[in-house]
Amino acid sequence: MSTSIVRALKCRECGHEYEIQPVHVCEFCFGPLEVAYDYDKLQGKFTRELIESRPQTMWRYKELLPIDGDPTVGAQNGFTPLVRARNLEKALGVSELYIKNDSVCYPTLSFKDRVVSVALSKAVEFGFTTVACASTGNLAGSVAANAAAAGLKSYVFIPHDLEQGKVLGAGIFGTTIIGIDGAYDDVNRLCSEVAGKYGWAFVNVNVRPFYAEGSKSLGYEVMEQLGWKAPKQVVVPMASGSLCTKIHKSIKEFIQLGLVKDNGTRMYGAQATGCSPISRSVKEQTDLIHPVKASTIAKSLAIGNPADGFYANRVIRDTGGWAEDVSDTEIIDAMKLLAESEGIFTETAGGVTLGVTKKLLKQGKLNRDEPIVVCITGNGLKTQEAIMNEIDKPRVIPASLKAFDELAHAAGIEI
Amino acid sequence: MRLRLYLTFNIGNITKPLIWQLGRDFSVITNIRTAEVKESTGLVGIELDGAEEQIDAAIVWLKSEGVQVEPIEQDVIEG
Repeated sequence: MSTSIVRALKCRECGHEYEIQPVHVCEFCFGPLEVAYDYDKLQGKFTRELIESRPQTMWRYKELLPIDGDPTVGAQNGFTPLVRARNLEKALGVSELYIKNDSVCYPTLSFKDRVVSVALSKAVEFGFTTVACASTGNLAGSVAANAAAAGLKSYVFIPHDLEQGKVLGAGIFGTTIIGIDGAYDDVNRLCSEVAGKYGWAFVNVNVRPFYAEGSKSLGYEVMEQLGWKAPKQVVVPMASGSLCTKIHKSIKEFIQLGLVKDNGTRMYGAQATGCSPISRSVKEQTDLIHPVKASTIAKSLAIGNPADGFYANRVIRDTGGWAEDVSDTEIIDAMKLLAESEGIFTETAGGVTLGVTKKLLKQGKLNRDEPIVVCITGNGLKTQEAIMNEIDKPRVIPASLKAFDELAHAAGIEI
Repeated sequence: MRLRLYLTFNIGNITKPLIWQLGRDFSVITNIRTAEVKESTGLVGIELDGAEEQIDAAIVWLKSEGVQVEPIEQDVIEG
């Protein structure tokens, strides 16, 4: 069964509906468009058994992703491990904690592979042959890699002074990289204009409604991996805020389709203090998102004027969750804690998520006695510069057993 | 060229008739699609239609008046 149940694009503000097409804002009120589905068409047909019979990729939930038929891009992506983190449970003093480990997402080691495979599959359906994005890291690499595998031409827009290592992460895939010399807001406006003028599928502009839906697959997987249960507490990193809203949407959809029971899931948002417009709005208990100039080592979360900030704020507050932010030092401490306790090397964004988890536990906002799912969305190999000086240097000795014996003795190692 | 923007006004410029002045001084059609104006801050969603150089000049002028100018997509650059 692969009949699409996508009904329309619907404005999140005024509710106006549009036919499925590569547009992202409402012509009437400029509100963002979101994919709307006819869930009734799936009642009784989209079962746990059907899902379990399919290959372990994000596409085993394809009826709830906005493509027609089978994916043409990223068919192997998703279905990352959900790790029961028993060592971390002891370290944090909690009863049940899971790591959703998208730091090993195929093929570019971040959760962006989920959203990009949906965006590019939809772009191919629309007839686009060129895709593009504006990114400083994970998104660039994912668009470049998935486009290469799908035989699509791609363009990646970056600030002109981006570190060489990050350029490499996209350039290796043969994409065309364009460095833009200008202030941050001018670069944003240019990308918006390019998307409107050149007839490309700009993944986070004109195909954004489809792109964003890919995040739901992370939520579906968590519920299946928990044994077909909705999580009780979920901690999510926030950049634009989209991931937080889409995981919540995935849970509501599974409840509506009878695949899981309503567990009263509470959503918790994590940001770096150096770029925390959403967590600030939650903590101040206001709807207003005040844009900020980002200054944090968690560059993959450094969105100062987040498009989905208002909606993430609403989800967090409506579900009874909370949001917090952590300093660069707390981010690094959390990265080391995750690596040393669970053997998972996350990028700085993962340090933000675990750092905020620790903080929320101390504040009593997260309940220690109820299960917690922490979403880790990117791999530490991508942000090595952040921890380069934070790990022990090798102890160099001559190539002799005597020298090692001396070192072992000094370290108290017994034979 | 047609460009959709959010203009954010602050306490220093919120009482000025800047959109009227923009339409008068530049060959640009202004079309307000959404607006929320309070005592000290205002957010206006506007469509500007005209030649590219006229729109660019209008944006430079708006910024010189202290208005924050952004695409309606807000931050397009992601991590």
